[in-house]
Amino acid sequence: MYSPDNIFTTTIDKAVRWSRTQSMWPVTFGLACCAIEMMAAGSAKYDLARYGMEVFRASPRQADLMIVAGRVSQKMAPVLRQVYDQMAEPKWVIAMGACSSTGGMFNNYALVQGVDHIVPVDIYVPGCPPGPQSLMHGILTLHDKIMAGEINR
Amino acid sequence: MNEVQHIEVNEYHDYIKSLLEEGYEMMMDLTAVDWFRKKEPRFEVVINLLSLSKNLRKTIKVQVPDENLTIPSITDIYPGANFYEREVFDMFGIVFENHPELTRILMPDDWIGHPLRKDYGSGRIPVQFKNAPSVD
Repeated sequence: MYSPDNIFTTTIDKAVRWSRTQSMWPVTFGLACCAIEMMAAGSAKYDLARYGMEVFRASPRQADLMIVAGRVSQKMAPVLRQVYDQMAEPKWVIAMGACSSTGGMFNNYALVQGVDHIVPVDIYVPGCPPGPQSLMHGILTLHDKIMAGEINR
Repeated sequence: MNEVQHIEVNEYHDYIKSLLEEGYEMMMDLTAVDWFRKKEPRFEVVINLLSLSKNLRKTIKVQVPDENLTIPSITDIYPGANFYEREVFDMFGIVFENHPELTRILMPDDWIGHPLRKDYGSGRIPVQFKNAPSVD
């Protein structure tokens, strides 16, 4: 039987999960100082393009991942939720930094005490702000989570 | 040199107008102070002006009576005061008469209360950290 050596066999489950991890486009959602670190992660030195996710989409319709980088104010909360709702399934959320995870140092009336009050969060990245390495560790942890999870969520 | 000038509410608008004519071209800042339990009346509006031509600065302080928290708007004199006055309205609840659009600027439109007043709670949620002595 003819069998060329450039054909791989796999399960559809595994192929779908793999393709999702290898081209995960984040939506641009920088809110504060964490966004500077997020930009640094996308730049040449840390090079997020290695994971196929350097394209920060300006439109949520084209994005798979929302990195909430910074503190979310009460006024920003409905905007954040709308951007999340506009993203096409499947979609994931990373809460980057102390503020978007818990409210951080801003324990007051003006800020949402953790972005998980508004959207479901998959990965919390600690730090104030977390460096590009921390963010990329969070992203790779999310990749592991997707590879281990179900394809229909 | 920074000269501080206290002025009454009813003379405030005319006085600011005369200062513009004197050569104070720029309104640097407009804000308010809540002297809760420290001073009477409670609220004080502070305006900082700068004269580029004379290299002078001037601070004007206006005490707003507690029973009627209104003060004339100076947007007709300094259009840049627009957002500053909206912020003071949002944060302190001081009403600026004849302002073109006096709505909340920082907080959501349906927000209740004025957060920078001293009797407004911080909205803090108590957090107990592991192995830390209780503070609340």
